[in-house]
Amino acid sequence: MPLVEIRGLTFCRGNRTIFDGIDLDIPQGKVTAIMGPSGTGKTTLLRLIGGQLRPQEGTIHVDGQNVSTLSRGDLYQLRKRMGMLFQSGALLTDMSVYDNVAFPLREHTELSASMIRHLVLMKLESVGLRGARQLMPSELSGGMARRVALARAITLDPMMIMYDEPFTGQDPISMGVIVSLIRKLNDAMGLSSIVVSHDVAEAASIADLIYVISNGKVVESGSPEQLKCSESPWVQQFMKGEPDGPVPFHFAAKDYVDDLLGDVSDV
Amino acid sequence: MQARTVEILVGLFIAAGMVALFFLSMQVSSLNKFSADEGYTVKAYFDNVGGLKARSPVSVSGVHVGRVESISYDMENYEALVTLLIDNEYKTFPVDTSASIFTSGLLGEQYVSLEPGGSDDFLQEGDEIRLAQSAVIMEQVIGQFLFNKAAE
Amino acid sequence: MFNKLQALGRSGILAIERLGRGHIFFWQLLKALPTVIVRFPLLIQQLFAVGVLSFLIIFVSGLFVGMVLGLQGYNTLVDFGAEESLGVMVALSLVRELGPVVTALLFAGRAGSALTAEIGLMKATEQLSGMEMMAVDPIKRIVAPRFWAGVISMPLLAAIFSAIGVVGGYLVGVGLLGIDGGAFWSQMQPRVDLSEDILNGVIKSVVFGVVVTWIAVYEGYDATPTSEGVSRATTRTVVHSALAVLGLDFILTALMFGE
Repeated sequence: MPLVEIRGLTFCRGNRTIFDGIDLDIPQGKVTAIMGPSGTGKTTLLRLIGGQLRPQEGTIHVDGQNVSTLSRGDLYQLRKRMGMLFQSGALLTDMSVYDNVAFPLREHTELSASMIRHLVLMKLESVGLRGARQLMPSELSGGMARRVALARAITLDPMMIMYDEPFTGQDPISMGVIVSLIRKLNDAMGLSSIVVSHDVAEAASIADLIYVISNGKVVESGSPEQLKCSESPWVQQFMKGEPDGPVPFHFAAKDYVDDLLGDVSDV
Repeated sequence: MQARTVEILVGLFIAAGMVALFFLSMQVSSLNKFSADEGYTVKAYFDNVGGLKARSPVSVSGVHVGRVESISYDMENYEALVTLLIDNEYKTFPVDTSASIFTSGLLGEQYVSLEPGGSDDFLQEGDEIRLAQSAVIMEQVIGQFLFNKAAE
Repeated sequence: MFNKLQALGRSGILAIERLGRGHIFFWQLLKALPTVIVRFPLLIQQLFAVGVLSFLIIFVSGLFVGMVLGLQGYNTLVDFGAEESLGVMVALSLVRELGPVVTALLFAGRAGSALTAEIGLMKATEQLSGMEMMAVDPIKRIVAPRFWAGVISMPLLAAIFSAIGVVGGYLVGVGLLGIDGGAFWSQMQPRVDLSEDILNGVIKSVVFGVVVTWIAVYEGYDATPTSEGVSRATTRTVVHSALAVLGLDFILTALMFGE
């Protein structure tokens, strides 16, 4: 039974159709990557799964529950079992690293201060930042902030974690750290991970299953090896990162020579 | 900032606000004088109360001794009934004290002035002041003046 | 031509939409009161940020306003030989009008804009969104404590303003201009009524507190999550608060002090 089951999902924002009747299955216990060009609404998909947005048509089932029909209370209960890592980390800026990681525990449980301390230290240890626990978010580098956010996301031992563009803008070392953390945590804690990214190389290195989305539809899905041998030239261009191909380099324009020889006023 | 410091400062702030409210009530308004349990009430009937209002002052020889508690109209003897609240400090008004409605100063606020009589019995709670002089109504004075002038 | 009409209609509909959202938001803030009382430390924290930190500007402004009232009042009253009534004039002006209104305007500028900026920035950096995904309601956890702190702080600040203003008037009138100190208070006390003047002033300041804080937190919560959006929201807070306070002041004054 897949953990997340999406059927016939249609979502529009204003006049733009972002998703056009797509189907997706996120299997349990595995790392699933959702890739595609910028602006295809990959982050929107995570918000739909988390119930922050409602689809126009279609259903999203998380662990058997239909997300868009849940009451407010039930939705909040479900969210406690989902962890989400935002692109910027979204740490609470007026609290220290320790307080940020302790936040879900203090809000949702009645645990004693010493129990909370144990849990926070353990979670920070698993991301390698136990020594940084007194720093404030403004004192952290981007990569460190994301790791703290990751520690915070796993505090309540969720059943799944969603990563929104975790590799963007990272230096090679912190990139390597995040990549290995995603995989290790997934396997060590028996999580299911959904990684949204357009960083093909990194995502493909840890994903068990990849969905490629473009223009509101699932273009292709399969394991990384399957996708590398894909027959679609577009997927090939995407996976190899070639500058020109089915997605052209040049924006639509007139003939080059005609344009150069044109009138000065024809800007 | 330490949580304890924050709490102390918030406490001081709320205390300052309370002190300000208290100051306004006590020092700025008339709360500290003439609350209902510190005085006794007497009645007086007037033909015309003019511009007298509830809480208008009651004075004797210019000294503020009480206030008007309420003004109503008595449908049985067709006169205005004014209830005066007099401070307990001034217990010895003779029963034949008279009450008049005067106007004070330029700003024209009306008040009740008491003129003590000579009796040996004193006014008690609920007693009635028999001698009451109504307010001077401008229109009547002018009318009277014109009438007198015409008669000449 | 028609484009302009269409644009006008669209902005009108958007404005009504915003107003509607604002009222739903207000209702949620009211419902959050039990939660705020339970999470008392949050409220204390916000009372500090909103109330204690506004104390200085309110105190200094109140003092100066009271002193100016003393000066100007004396100049006018002395022509009528009524300078002994300075105390009445200063006290009534402050307690009925200047206390609640000026405090509300200063509060909107200092605390209101800070609240808008803070909440707007939290929205822009996805902290509110992140909180939602952690199953914590940002309205209950972040916005409501700030709202109720404003509602509680405003009447206290207005009282402080009025009280220190009267003292300022006393310092100028009696200390500087030589009015009799006893006359200052004794003329004032019978004329300032507890329920009619002071209580009405307190009611005004409570109403202003609700409206100004509501505008401030709503503008922040509803701001476009960019730096420009937050800056515009902050400006809107101050402008809308000022208009609302002055408009409500007229209505309340007419209701309370009219015949």
